[in-house]
Amino acid sequence: MIWNEEYETMPREALEAIQLKRLQNVVERVYATVEPYRKKMDDAGVKPSDIKSLDDLRRLPFTTKEDLRDNYPFGMFAVPLERIVRVHASSGTTGKPTVVGYTKRDIDTWAELMARTLTCAGVHRGDIVHNAYGYGLFTGGLGFHYGAERLGATVIPISGGNTKRQIMIMRDFGSTVLTCTPSYALNIAEVIKDSGIDPSELKLRVGIFGAEPWSDKMRGEIEKKLGIDAIDIYGLSEIIGPGVSVECVEKKEGLHIFEDHFIPEIIDPETGEVLPHGESGELVFTTLTKEAFPVIRYRTRDITRLITEPCICGRTLCRMEKVTGRTDDMLIIRGVNVFPSQIEHVLMSIEGVEPHYQIIVDREGALDVMEVLVEVSEQLFSDEIKTLEGFAKRIEQELKEALAVSCKVRLVEPRTIQRSEGKAKRVIDKRKI
Amino acid sequence: MKVEQISIFLENKSGRLAEVTKILADADINIRALSLADTSDFGILRLIVNNTEKAKAVLKEHGFTVGKNEVIAVEVPDRPGGLAGILDALRGKDVNVEYMYAFVERSGENAIIIFRFDEIEKAIDALQSAGVRILRGEEVYSL
Repeated sequence: MIWNEEYETMPREALEAIQLKRLQNVVERVYATVEPYRKKMDDAGVKPSDIKSLDDLRRLPFTTKEDLRDNYPFGMFAVPLERIVRVHASSGTTGKPTVVGYTKRDIDTWAELMARTLTCAGVHRGDIVHNAYGYGLFTGGLGFHYGAERLGATVIPISGGNTKRQIMIMRDFGSTVLTCTPSYALNIAEVIKDSGIDPSELKLRVGIFGAEPWSDKMRGEIEKKLGIDAIDIYGLSEIIGPGVSVECVEKKEGLHIFEDHFIPEIIDPETGEVLPHGESGELVFTTLTKEAFPVIRYRTRDITRLITEPCICGRTLCRMEKVTGRTDDMLIIRGVNVFPSQIEHVLMSIEGVEPHYQIIVDREGALDVMEVLVEVSEQLFSDEIKTLEGFAKRIEQELKEALAVSCKVRLVEPRTIQRSEGKAKRVIDKRKI
Repeated sequence: MKVEQISIFLENKSGRLAEVTKILADADINIRALSLADTSDFGILRLIVNNTEKAKAVLKEHGFTVGKNEVIAVEVPDRPGGLAGILDALRGKDVNVEYMYAFVERSGENAIIIFRFDEIEKAIDALQSAGVRILRGEEVYSL
C-alpha cells in the first residue's frame, strides 16, 4: 500500500521539477529571514537567485550541529516564535541541547510523512500501534503518535520502560504494530520468552524500529523471536524527526527517502565534495517544505549510500542504505544520542575530577550499557569506602541528568587512562550489532 | 595520642597489592598493621608503617593515589569481653566508628585495635576517661 500515490510514485522528472521550485523557495526564505544563513551565503558569495538548477544546491554552504549550537535556542528559526506551536530537542555536543521548532503546518507535514512511513511498513487502518518510543522532547514518541492517528490506526501511547507491563498491555489490547528502538524490541522479545508467554498469544505483525543502528542479522533475530516483519526507519530531529526515510515491507532493502520534502546528498566528509551516484559517504539533507526550522545542506554525520534503482514496491523515491557508521564520535545508547564531549562537560564541572576519562559501551543481553571510567585524584581520594562510592554515585547522577540515559561510573587508579596523543581513545565500543 | 595511617587506592586488578608491598620493601619500610577494604570495583588499602612520610613519597612516585589521616590505636586485653569494654566506653558519647582493624601484640598478651572515628577528639576523651590505654604513635610505629 502507498499512502500518497501522487507524490510517492511520481515520475522522476516531475519530482525534480517540484524539488527545484521548493528549493528556490526555501533558499529565498532563509536568506530573507534567518540571519546565520544570510551571513553564510554572503560569505560564500552566493545569492538565492543563483539557484537555477538542482545542481546549484552544491554551491550553498553546509549547516552543522555547531551552527545550531551557536544559535541556541531559537536563532535558526525562520518564523516568529508566535507561529511555533511545538519544540523538540535532541542531544547537543556540550551542555545545551539542539532545539527544533514546528509551525502548525510543519506538524501537519510531519503527520503526513509518518502516515506514509507507517503505510510503507505495511500498517493500515484498524491496526493497534503500540508506541514504545519515548514521549517528550525526543521526536520519536510524538512523531509516531501523530502519524498513526493520521493513518486512522489506534495508538497506545505507552512510551518506554516497564517491559512487563508493556507485554501485558500488548497481549490484552491486541497490539498489532510495535514501534521502538531495535534493541528494546529484542529486550521485549527476551522478557516475553522469560515470562513463559507464547508469542502466538500476541497479535504483533509489524515492527518499525529506528533511532539507533542495527544490522540485518539483528533484524532476523527480532523477526524470528517476535514473528513479525521488522522495518528500519530513519530520521533526526534537525530534519523533522522520524519520517525522513523508511524501508518498504515489500523489499526491506534500502530506506525510501521522501524526496518531495527532503533532498539527500552524499559528500566526502573530508573535502565536502559531492560524491558520484552510488558511492558511500556522509549523508546531507536539505529540507524543502519546513516552515519553522528549514535546514540547508545539514550534515547528518551518518554514513550511507544512495540507491537510485527502481524498487518493486512502486515508489519512485530513491533509497538510502542502512546507516553503517558516523563521521563523528556520537554514540547511541538505548536510542539516546550521546556525545563524549557532553560527558567531558559534566566531569569538568565536578570539583576534583581529572580531565581524563574513558567510555566503555557494551551490550548485556539486548540492552546497551555504558561505563565511564574516572581517575581518582588525590583531592577526592578518601580512606573511607562510603565517601568514594558516594562520589561515584554523584557523578552517575549528574551524568544521568545531562545525558538522559543512565551509566555506571567506575573509579580507576590515576594515570591508567590513556593520555591524549593528538586524539585520545575516549570510547571503546564493544557492541556487536 | 594519634597514629598516622596512609591509605592507597587500588583497582581490583591482580598484582596491585603485590606491587605496593614490593615498593615498600624496596624502600626498606616495615608494615606494622594493615587492612584492606574492598568493593566490586576498587579497594582501599590502609597501612601503618614505621616511616609514614617516606612510604607516602615512594608510593606517590610510583603513581599511586595516597592519602594520610589519623587513627587511634588502643590496647585491649586479649580475653573475652576485651573489645566489648572499649566499645562500652563510647556508648552514648555520640562517636561513630567508621572502621577498625586489629592485630595481636608481639608478646601475645594484648590485642591492638586501630579505630577510625568520625570525631577523633571526642573519642579520645571518652576512652581516656574510661581508663582505656591509648598508644602513642611512636609506640605503634616501632612495634
